[in-house]
Amino acid sequence: MGQLLSRSALYVVMVAIALVMTLPFIWMLSTSFKLEEHVFNFPIEWIPSVFAPENYKAVWTAIPMPTYYWNSVKLALIITAGQLLTCSLAGYAFARLEFPGRNRMFLVYLVSYMIPYQVIMIPQYLIMKNLGLVNSHWALVFLEIFSPYGVFLMRQFFISISRELSEAARIDGCGEIGIFARVILPLAKPAIATLTIFCFSWVWNDFQAPLIYLNDDRLKTIPLGLASLNGEFASQFNLIMAGAVSSLIPVIAVFFFAQKYFISGLSVGAVKG
Amino acid sequence: MKRAFHPQARTAYLFLLPNVAGFLLFIAAPAVMAVLLGFTDWDGFNPIRWVGLDNYKRLLTDESFHISLVNTLTYTALSCLLVICASIALALLVNRKTRGITVFRAAYFFPHIASFIAVAVIWQAIFHPTQGPINMFLKLFTDSPPMWLASSDWAMTSLIIVTVWKMAGYYMVLFLAGLQGIPEELYEAAKIDGAGVVRRFWRVTLPLLSPVTFLVVITCIINLFKSFDLIYVMTAGGPGRATSVLVYDIYKQAFAFNKFGYASAEAIVLLAIVLLITFVQYRGEKKWVNY
Repeated sequence: MGQLLSRSALYVVMVAIALVMTLPFIWMLSTSFKLEEHVFNFPIEWIPSVFAPENYKAVWTAIPMPTYYWNSVKLALIITAGQLLTCSLAGYAFARLEFPGRNRMFLVYLVSYMIPYQVIMIPQYLIMKNLGLVNSHWALVFLEIFSPYGVFLMRQFFISISRELSEAARIDGCGEIGIFARVILPLAKPAIATLTIFCFSWVWNDFQAPLIYLNDDRLKTIPLGLASLNGEFASQFNLIMAGAVSSLIPVIAVFFFAQKYFISGLSVGAVKG
Repeated sequence: MKRAFHPQARTAYLFLLPNVAGFLLFIAAPAVMAVLLGFTDWDGFNPIRWVGLDNYKRLLTDESFHISLVNTLTYTALSCLLVICASIALALLVNRKTRGITVFRAAYFFPHIASFIAVAVIWQAIFHPTQGPINMFLKLFTDSPPMWLASSDWAMTSLIIVTVWKMAGYYMVLFLAGLQGIPEELYEAAKIDGAGVVRRFWRVTLPLLSPVTFLVVITCIINLFKSFDLIYVMTAGGPGRATSVLVYDIYKQAFAFNKFGYASAEAIVLLAIVLLITFVQYRGEKKWVNY
């Protein structure tokens, strides 16, 4: 009896916390379908008394949302593809090839991961200014495709693959590039999936770098659009929430379909390299 | 002779080339340049001039910098402490094999996947001082609920609440992995020795979790020092300067006032603090981390 009681108590606590974590999102979703004058009705109308899907139409036409969306998709795809290429190559070298200075170089990569973005942000801006890349997507592409985190993630995975596989391929006369491309990469699908999801959602949510580099409306990404929407429509929370829902849909979709890769990307950091 | 020892070196450098080239140009070089720019008065337009320690001398007497520094330390310390307590608690809560437990894990993790900007606009509405759902609820009990983001006394608290809410699920996943690595026999042995739930937590769980805690503390502190998005959208450093943190002040000095040299000096102070904290942590590691 006592056990049953403590079990139900535990269940109640778990449900209560789940509500705290998700209610703000549910409030956002419900508000995005409300009329402006119903937004703050109290008690909260979780199901809008008047259903207003036109909020979405308003948001998508009042600000260049399609352009922002396209820019975010484009940047996320290019940067993810770039990271997959440069990080898997470098991760492979760190994990499976012998060369002088390997450990020292890898340490530099690890330490660089501790430097806050805001420390290198100004010199990066100086470099981009000199390259003439300010106010272009290229600045973001160059800044983000060489991620030390991506190298670390790929290396951790490559290291776990048995050495004998490489040896066997070598005996069969396979070159190092062949081993990488035909033996190791096909086995690294989980790591590739993890890095893809991680990188995609990171670029999708990135704010400060785009804020610095993208000035023209035609170049801006979703988070910038959402922030300016928030400024422009200061009190029209129904429209702002429609914008927020629009910005979250792709990441939520990815989360639902590939949750396990989301979570495995995190635990890589928890394993001591 | 050396070549013979490293027959793979050439291939290795080829594999490394794309990433290392970019890393050197866009990450390593800027890190070195940041130190140098701190000694200049670069304003983004005029030629860069060397000014020695001037920027650092001005930082010593700059009130806006002092406030931001104190705010950063307050925000980081309190958020980190609360995030860690919350994420350990959550991990303990979901570390069981009940049916449907993955749904709870996903729910707790969910705020992490949303962008800080989306989270900021949602909470801004929820915290609305006169009509927001939180204050409408509190008004049932009191006539003067806190003004949250609109009050300089409560703005920092509001930011910390949102930060803990957003980040706890992320670290929960790390602690959960740590908890699942603790052998069941240790708990059994402790139980036989007559240790209660509380005692088992302090004597078995926490010590065995300490390597994870160590990493979480470091990454959490670094992440909190970098917090910019929430503050940019929710408070813009205000009201007044109540929530102006270093990274926000650096951004403003550089990209609003064009004081790139001065902002660089400020960024170096930030880096020094982060490195110092990390260094102290590593020194202290042996004392409290058990393997």
